[in-house]
Amino acid sequence: MRTLTFAQAIEEALAQAMAADERIIIIGEDVHMLRVNLFARFGKKRVLAAPISEAAFVGAGVTAAMAGMRPVVEIMLVDFVGVAMDALLNHAAKTDMFSGGRWQVPMVIRAACGGGYGDGGQHEQSLWGWLAHIPGLSVVVPSTPADAGRLMLAALDHDGPVIFLEHKLLSDYWLEYMGRGGRTTVQFDVPAIGAKGPVPQTWRSLPLGVATLRREGGDLTIATVGVSVYRALQAALVLEKQGYTSDVLDLRSVWPLDKKALWDSVEKTGRLLVVDEDYQNFGLSGELAATVLEANLPVKYSRVCTAGTLPYRRELEEATLPNVERIVDSARRLMAAQ
Amino acid sequence: MTDNQPDLWILYRRMLTARLFEEAVGKLWQQGRISGEMHLGTGEEAIAAGVVDHLTDNDALALDHRGTAPYLLFGGDPVKLLREFLGHPKGLCRGMGGHMHLFDPDKLTASSGIVGAAGPAAAGFALAAKHLRPDNIAVAIFGEGAMNQGALMESMNLAAAWRLPALFVCKDSQWAITTLSATVTGGALTDRAKGLGLKTFAANGSDVEAVWRAAGSAVNRVRGRSKPAFLYLTCSHLEGHFLGDALLKIARHPGKEMKEIAGPLIKSVTRIKGAGLSKRAASLSMVTNLIGKTTREQIFKPHDPIKIVRKKLKKRPTRLEVLETEVTQEINKVVAEALA
Ligand SMILES: Cc1ncc(C[n+]2csc(CCOP(=O)(O)OP(=O)(O)O)c2C)c(N)n1
Repeated sequence: MRTLTFAQAIEEALAQAMAADERIIIIGEDVHMLRVNLFARFGKKRVLAAPISEAAFVGAGVTAAMAGMRPVVEIMLVDFVGVAMDALLNHAAKTDMFSGGRWQVPMVIRAACGGGYGDGGQHEQSLWGWLAHIPGLSVVVPSTPADAGRLMLAALDHDGPVIFLEHKLLSDYWLEYMGRGGRTTVQFDVPAIGAKGPVPQTWRSLPLGVATLRREGGDLTIATVGVSVYRALQAALVLEKQGYTSDVLDLRSVWPLDKKALWDSVEKTGRLLVVDEDYQNFGLSGELAATVLEANLPVKYSRVCTAGTLPYRRELEEATLPNVERIVDSARRLMAAQ
Repeated sequence: MTDNQPDLWILYRRMLTARLFEEAVGKLWQQGRISGEMHLGTGEEAIAAGVVDHLTDNDALALDHRGTAPYLLFGGDPVKLLREFLGHPKGLCRGMGGHMHLFDPDKLTASSGIVGAAGPAAAGFALAAKHLRPDNIAVAIFGEGAMNQGALMESMNLAAAWRLPALFVCKDSQWAITTLSATVTGGALTDRAKGLGLKTFAANGSDVEAVWRAAGSAVNRVRGRSKPAFLYLTCSHLEGHFLGDALLKIARHPGKEMKEIAGPLIKSVTRIKGAGLSKRAASLSMVTNLIGKTTREQIFKPHDPIKIVRKKLKKRPTRLEVLETEVTQEINKVVAEALA
């Protein structure tokens, strides 16, 4: 089986789709360099460099999609989505409904997300829960190269707006730009199998909203997405030595949410620990608790999330992000709960 | 400082302070003691020094991701500033913000890593000044790339409509990361500001005397008169967009870096499906041109403001040497203290 990096996988899948469908275009700041391979192959009409005007070009992406294009609009880091939020909140997400189901917005919003490299609280957010809160937006957060390529195809195929988030600890070029900058003097906790891994020979899409079990066990369910999948897997190893086995459920999509996979696992284990790099309050972690309660499943519950604004100082940042130690602690308390 | 004659010695001292401070920051970043990105303002010192010299206590500063030099020269404590970059609990913001998020309530200075955010920030500071401190003004400092951000344009309009004492300082380095701003910008930037009703001023931002004069006129226009102004200054970034800048790396180590890029690039550009040959060639030549322009800028470094002002002061070599030794010692002391 061949292997690719996370970034290569996305690029290959995108290239395959762009070669097959001329309506797919890429829009964003610096895409002539960030996507230089696609820029060279598909030309500047299809890989369109934009001014720093997110409100305008994300908004334009919405109506370009309505008028027949399939744009992939990049906003660099998801933190910058604030500037373009109206286009997503009040337009991309509303058109299908407002048109009585007669008009769709087949657009992909691509952005890097996540922390763990010391860039401060305005460049390291996750925000997938905040985005998925809005009816009409789908949000995917792949954690492996294979999923990244396949979910990019799914996002391109989908007839509504899909936000595609790539974690900076998985995408080597983002980490290089934002964290390393050519230095050998800095270290990051990069999950090796997430940053580079096996991929299919040709790309086919993975349906949105299908979770997968990364590890199976019987005592508790750890549900998570993105880089936290790897933190959870490491924690599961530690827990196993202490006598507890875990299901590690990688949701892959925040919305649509694979409720069945969650129910199946929690029904088996009776304990749910949500690990979420996004903010704790009013987000994915609470949503998963509600999802389980609404199904009348008996459950003991806890969560490890990013509690507040990410501090710049590295040690504090690492402590604020969900880490293995916090997950193990929380799991042990959950196991001890009567 | 007299009314229309800058004291070049004072300005040079400040510029050199900013330069040596930022060079020290660059070294610490290289050593891995400073995390994340690092946007140095080396090459912008004439702007920082020439503008800030006209500000007084209780004026406000709204900065972007490249705010180190203006904040430092506005009187920011260098040890606290450096400690902030080091993520030190005794840093300016207790190590919580980092270099893109400098906040100092005592100096009414706020920064943001969101491009364009300096516009609304200055408008609000100016609004508060109008109510509470009628002799004071607010200054936004940002790059030409930010001029395409709606919120910045809206802020200029706000300042004109509400008659706010705000000065919008645009530093045109031509580049926004790897984008030549002219290729994604319609019209002339000063025309935009004029169109919104702001009086505009312009100067060569690498010549501190010219900056100082233009900034003086602009500040005079704004202070006490509740009329916003726009100051347009050209400059160049000696260390590219940020440390580790991709184009700069290629320009400095073409052999090594091109090897990494060329493989995937050639593979992609020779695939069957895609744009026609001429379009592919156009893409490649655009990338080559960007690299070429970066390389030329690196080799000639024509706009280093320190060199330009230094030439004017060379007639007094002893005085120059004393000054430079003093500033070097001061910065060494700052670094030692911050690391202690
Ligand atoms: C809203 C937003 N979009 C994109 C970015 C990424 N970004 C950071 S700096 C920069 C270029 C800014 O160019 P300019 O305003 O000219 O300032 P310079 O960096 O050249 O000093 C970009 C695109 C950002 N920080 N915020």
